[in-house]
Amino acid sequence: MSDQDAGQLKVVVDFDLCESNAVCMAVAPEVFEVRDDDFLYVLNETPGPELVEKVRESAERCPKQAITLEASP
Amino acid sequence: MTRIAIVGASLAGAHAARAIRAAGFDDEVLVVGDENHLPYDRPPLSKQFLTTNADDGHEYEKLKLRVTKEPGALDLRWRIGAKASQLDLDERALVLATGERIDFDGLVVATGSRARLLPHLLVPVEVAGRVCSLRTIDDAVRIKQLLPSDPGRLVICGAGFIGLEVASSARELGHDVSVVDVAATPLSRVMNREAAMAVADLHRGHGVDLRLGVGLSTVATDGKGSRVATVATDGKGSRVAVGLSDGSELTADLVVIGVGASPDVDWLEGNGFDLSNGLKVDPTCAAAPTVVAAGDVARWPNELYDGQYMRIEQWDNAVEMGAFAGTRLVAALNGESGYASFAPVPWFWSDQFGQKIQLAGLVTPDSQIVIGKYGDDRVVELFSNQRGVLVGALAWNRPRHAILARQLIADRASLDDAVEKLAG
Ligand SMILES: Cc1cc2nc3c(=O)[nH]c(=O)nc-3n(C[C@H](O)[C@H](O)[C@H](O)COP(=O)(O)OP(=O)(O)OC[C@H]3O[C@@H](n4cnc5c(N)ncnc54)[C@H](O)[C@@H]3O)c2cc1C
Ligand code: SF4
Repeated sequence: MSDQDAGQLKVVVDFDLCESNAVCMAVAPEVFEVRDDDFLYVLNETPGPELVEKVRESAERCPKQAITLEASP
Repeated sequence: MTRIAIVGASLAGAHAARAIRAAGFDDEVLVVGDENHLPYDRPPLSKQFLTTNADDGHEYEKLKLRVTKEPGALDLRWRIGAKASQLDLDERALVLATGERIDFDGLVVATGSRARLLPHLLVPVEVAGRVCSLRTIDDAVRIKQLLPSDPGRLVICGAGFIGLEVASSARELGHDVSVVDVAATPLSRVMNREAAMAVADLHRGHGVDLRLGVGLSTVATDGKGSRVATVATDGKGSRVAVGLSDGSELTADLVVIGVGASPDVDWLEGNGFDLSNGLKVDPTCAAAPTVVAAGDVARWPNELYDGQYMRIEQWDNAVEMGAFAGTRLVAALNGESGYASFAPVPWFWSDQFGQKIQLAGLVTPDSQIVIGKYGDDRVVELFSNQRGVLVGALAWNRPRHAILARQLIADRASLDDAVEKLAG
């Protein structure tokens, strides 16, 4: 089930929920990085189609369910 | 029609369902769960759920797993509040507690584990309502209701992760807390002594009365001559009196038993499975040709650790193994062969008094600290096997390092390489 052809997707992280445990970084280091200051940085808010599956996996694996993928306008 | 049944409507079952759909299986997926709730997340139950003061309905909404937040998305059929009481493997059927039979083509065993009670604990009826364990949202709601609104007293039996997290939450709410454990250190089953002592110091520093090396007392007999531990009323009926093995006594408004969990395998008996310490499966998560298991209930040989059998009661393992088992099951139903092995690096976190403690892999006697020292705010310790290969990493407030180390463990890096990459 893939909606890669559903247009550009935007990565949204709810920083109130995020606990910086870096699971997302392990799955998609191209998109997520937890730096030494312990904050999560989204490196690429609108990942290309080749990264969408990885980002989706990050969203599923995030223990806080802090990541969502939205259709960008 | 082909049907996959998933028994256990929680984390491993939910991620199995997700993977089953992702693998293209579009016939019926039926999820059977004996709790009266759709799948929800357990880790907050000992943490934020106890300390935040919202109405419970709203909190339950927040705990729901994604698969249940978007019902219909995966097109699952739910049988909630239904217990599988038996498996008939030869006939490929489940028998529910109601007697109803459900045929299946493929089965995912995801029944997790259940809070263990002290086998020798005798609880008089007058105080039974004040002695709880913590595994389900119903347990957590009950604990919340029993916590006094004014500062009161809790006795927690068992210094494992759940007991210590409840201790932390209860201190945050202003209650007096005693934690009692027969072992000489907290977390004795998972952590090395040095780290465990740092956890003990953390709790004592926050005012927890941590009593190690003592158990609930074993002074009474059960009539059949066995010695049993007892809790009693304090005479006034409103509090619980807990006698300890060193002769001391504590009174409490609430006693929380946190002495671990046992895999839920009773319903699988009679099918020739090895059920000692969970359902034993092969390296690909299969117990029989189209029967797979995942999560807290499953024990499997992890090839990354020389085929060492593991049964892991951790969130991330339920997610990964659930997804793996779901994919594996669809492949089997499609008649494919040559499956990959499930060989992850286990990883978990625990939050206590604002500290984030994470462990990737296993703790061994051979270790090196690469950041800080115990007692500091930030510590990273790496562990190797006898061949000098990195097998574990313990991180305090260094999540980035825990995750990077986890990858290095998966890559079978040497301890020396890992030290070089992670130090500083
Ligand atoms: C309070 C608490 C805090 C935790 N905190 C952390 C943490 O900080 N970090 C971490 O890594 N892990 C944590 N965990 C562990 C994590 O939640 C578990 O590893 C995870 O829930 C396992 O998922 P599972 O699906 O395998 O099993 P479970 O979540 O146990 O689900 C199994 C389900 O199957 C149901 N069931 C059992 N038998 C039957 C039957 N015969 N028929 C039908 N249904 C049945 C059960 O009622 C249950 O709903 C915590 C657990 C608890 C309880
Ligand atoms: S996995 Fe989730 S909680 Fe962890 S850093 Fe990423 S977004 Fe934050």
